[in-house]
Amino acid sequence: MLSTPLVLAASFAYLLLLFGIAHYADGRGRQGRSLINNAWVYALSIGVYCTAWTYYGSVGRAASSGLWFLPIYLGPTLGMLLAWTVLRKMIRIARRDRITSIADFIASRYGKSRALAALVTLIALVGILPYVALQLKAIASGLALLTGSPGTAGPWWQDSTLYIALLLAGFTIAFGARHLDSSERHEGMVAAIAFESLVKLLAFVAVGVFVCWGMFAGPGEIFTRAADRTDLAPLLGLGGGEHFAAAQWFALTLLAMLSVFLLPRQFQMLVVENTDERHLKRLSWAFPLYLLLINLFVLPIALGGLLHFGSGRANAETFVLSLPLALDSPGLALLAFIGGLSAATGMIIVEAIAVATMVSNDLAMPLLLRAQRGSPRDVSALPLAVRRTVIVALLLLGYLYFRVAGEAYALVSIGLISFAAVAQFAPALFGGMYWKGGTRAGALAGLAAGFALWAWTLLLPSIAKSGWLPAAFLAHGPFGIALLRPEQLFGLAGFDNLTHALLWSLLANAGLYVAVSLARAPTGREAAQALRFVDAMHDAGHDVGHDSGARPVAWRGAGGSDELRALAARFLGVDSARRLLADFARRRGGSPAAPDAELVNQLETQLAGAIGSASARAAVASVVEEETLAPDDVLRMLDETSEVRALNRQLASLDRLKDDFMSSVTHELRTPLTSIRAFAELMRDDPQMDPAQRQHFVDLIVAESERLSRLVNQVLDMAKIESGHAEWRNETIDLAALVAHAVETTAAGFQARGITVTVEAPAQVPALHADRDRILQVLLNLLSNAAKFAPQDGGRVTVRLQADAREARIEVRDNGPGVPPEQQRLVFEKFRQGGDARARPQGTGLGLPISRQIVEHYGGRMWLHSTPGEGACFGFALPWHAEETKP
Amino acid sequence: MTKHVLIADDEPNIVISLEFLMRREGHRVSVARDGDAALAAIRSERPDLVLLDVMMPGRSGMEVCQAVREDPALAGTKILMLSAKGRDTDLAKGTALGADAYVTKPFSTRELADKVRELLAGV
Amino acid sequence: MRSSKRRSQPATLLRQRLLALFAAGWLALNFPLLAVWDHPVRIGGLPLLPLAVFGGWALLIALAAWIAESGADD
Repeated sequence: MLSTPLVLAASFAYLLLLFGIAHYADGRGRQGRSLINNAWVYALSIGVYCTAWTYYGSVGRAASSGLWFLPIYLGPTLGMLLAWTVLRKMIRIARRDRITSIADFIASRYGKSRALAALVTLIALVGILPYVALQLKAIASGLALLTGSPGTAGPWWQDSTLYIALLLAGFTIAFGARHLDSSERHEGMVAAIAFESLVKLLAFVAVGVFVCWGMFAGPGEIFTRAADRTDLAPLLGLGGGEHFAAAQWFALTLLAMLSVFLLPRQFQMLVVENTDERHLKRLSWAFPLYLLLINLFVLPIALGGLLHFGSGRANAETFVLSLPLALDSPGLALLAFIGGLSAATGMIIVEAIAVATMVSNDLAMPLLLRAQRGSPRDVSALPLAVRRTVIVALLLLGYLYFRVAGEAYALVSIGLISFAAVAQFAPALFGGMYWKGGTRAGALAGLAAGFALWAWTLLLPSIAKSGWLPAAFLAHGPFGIALLRPEQLFGLAGFDNLTHALLWSLLANAGLYVAVSLARAPTGREAAQALRFVDAMHDAGHDVGHDSGARPVAWRGAGGSDELRALAARFLGVDSARRLLADFARRRGGSPAAPDAELVNQLETQLAGAIGSASARAAVASVVEEETLAPDDVLRMLDETSEVRALNRQLASLDRLKDDFMSSVTHELRTPLTSIRAFAELMRDDPQMDPAQRQHFVDLIVAESERLSRLVNQVLDMAKIESGHAEWRNETIDLAALVAHAVETTAAGFQARGITVTVEAPAQVPALHADRDRILQVLLNLLSNAAKFAPQDGGRVTVRLQADAREARIEVRDNGPGVPPEQQRLVFEKFRQGGDARARPQGTGLGLPISRQIVEHYGGRMWLHSTPGEGACFGFALPWHAEETKP
Repeated sequence: MTKHVLIADDEPNIVISLEFLMRREGHRVSVARDGDAALAAIRSERPDLVLLDVMMPGRSGMEVCQAVREDPALAGTKILMLSAKGRDTDLAKGTALGADAYVTKPFSTRELADKVRELLAGV
Repeated sequence: MRSSKRRSQPATLLRQRLLALFAAGWLALNFPLLAVWDHPVRIGGLPLLPLAVFGGWALLIALAAWIAESGADD
């Protein structure tokens, strides 16, 4: 017997020590000399898997059923062999998307579904309560044993366990809910957990050594004596006479293997707190080794206790304490108690923080966001307050469960209830990582069904067996329906309640997951997320932890950068927000312009670290108008082959050209139409109009109609030539004669403007084989342009024809203002007209482009030489022998 | 009281028809043939209403509209935008920039006259 | 739509070995093979079954350690 103050003082001292280690480690982390970036520390920190259950429950279990405590540890051993594959993938995904909890992970996979996140959180919360209760029970009974105090009898406000629970809540808050942004790792917590793993291992081994060689002459003696007793001998075997023993062993192993990944605290330590992927290699064997060592003495202690106290007379679960006490080693008993306390505290701290994060991000914040839509209050203090509340609530609820159902079961059984709850995450989570067909609806259906069955077959019976619910429904089924009996559902009898529950819940869960997922094709968003998850390992291994630019960017909305800044400030704090945006701008080179999809994406990722990915998505969506992704969009995002990308680029630019052309044409067509209509209406509405005025208007209508016809013809012409549908009637042409003819046709126009035209051509030129009308069209176009731009009364236009062996060259030179260099390129584009745009003479803007098409069709080329102020020289060349090219 | 209407358009024939229309309505008319001239005319002559073409060389009608609206001294000027572009986005842009009305070409002379009357009624 | 550029990650030696060990472990530490050892025999004073289970467990760990630390990298 030890005095209560002593025990309490020792406990407190130990907890303070843990706190000190955490503080120190935090400091080192901030300085950059992290203590925890070490594979051994990482492996040790996963020792948080071993809780008070290991300390007390395993021994108890061994004392009643021999080796049947082992599957709980064999499962994780086997699971760790998959660490390098499965866990590495999880870590990569989580790091890339700043996922900070298991609810986040699952929700993110299925399109950042808030409903899913909430469901997972609920399951985790409810499921973990028995486990928390277990820890409290262990500490309580340990304390009672050590100090001889009455324990948990009496009203609840006198129950020391309650105060232990509250104390632990405060401790947990101090550990992990001091500041927000859970994307930062809890360096201190990890260090403390690694330390306490060591402590509990050493304490347990110490007790083991004491029992083996202090109480007996070694394990050999224990086993020999046990084997000689008929009541103890079976414990050395498997007790394989039970029905379905194989199934039960298998089920337990599987359950434990799933739990080592899916328990919130496990996910937190394995995935969220991981600092380096390569540590997983060490983890694969170091953690199983830890499990082996801590379990080595379980059987000897159990048997030793049974031998010493006699079976059936003492509570085997507390052998680690009662044996040292019985042999007058209170110091060792205290050490053992501290070890158990350590184990329980570790579990509670990590579990509570993980669950509080989930509740805050996936239950509370979405509700609060919805309530606050529109009112931009600073909510950065809110998630923290929520987390602290949840931690306290969790411990109180755990205590409640302890009071309500804690006496019915042995510790081990309580823990297994929690295992079975988190096992429900397996289909949705692992299915989501390896099967692209999993959909949100499937995950929801599976989880809901699994959870419901778990509650029915495990949770409720546990409460009923403690007397808080009428036990009748256990024996006879609800409303007397025997088929629905919780522990023999649909008549499946013979299994222990755990295997039975596991069977039904996982069957329904996985079955519905697959069936409902296959009922409908994944939506665009789901497909996008599926690819990100399932193919996560296909991305280059580097860039983990940074946003890689190659990630498909799903936002296609616009949003003011002010709104985004406000959003960021609201959740990350003003300074972090400013830093984030400046950072991004700096990396993009320049001041932040309009926010684009990449910035929005990055913002979303940052927010996810603080408030969870589902809430982050909702928050950003509220600011940015997002277009829903159609499956086509997803496919477009997936196509990363250069050919397809190039083709798409080409297609897009051609499309744009077509659109530009269309809008130019419609504009050009509407302009003369406007005049025509206006004049016609004006004449109609004014019968008394002055005849001269009327005549004037009629002339204008005629002119504009002609302009319109010309335009329509040219557009059609252009379209025909470009699409290759034009008719080319080739004949033999005498270019010199053609040039003369062209000049003659336009002579009147030149004369009217007082422009002199000179023709320079050799007497004989070789014959050209081409469409005469088309070539004439080109000549007329150039001549009319010259007529427009040459100055009146003094303008000089020269037409020169040259022929050499290869080609014919024709130039039309005027002495007009010329074309500035920057416009020279544009002159051949549709609807551009050169010269001073303000003094633009009537034209369609299509003449030169068509001319160029014609010339190029015959394998020739067209050019413009011009110096501003010294006129312009348009020219073209036509080879004598060329292939006609389709444009 | 006769109102002063400024016609800003680079197409000569359209200017003729608008000029005739506005004179028939009894307004005093001046003309600008490009964006910069339009803005200068608005500033110097302070017309009551501007018939503003969007597609003009130099400053576009949109730019002119924006400049006028940014100048508090010109707050009383009514702006009626004319454009061959009639998509919703263009209309929205025009209204967003502060145009009082937006009419697509080709327009009905009667409708245009009505709109002008409406806008000038409040001046 | 999968393009030719995307190919499945080649399973490395490390992964394959660990997976094989995983499978072997499941078989060895589960019932049919486990029950093989279930005889009331003692070796050096220690009963057979617990010895076998812990021994197998230790062997599994040792093999995993050898594979993981042998530097066969991804």
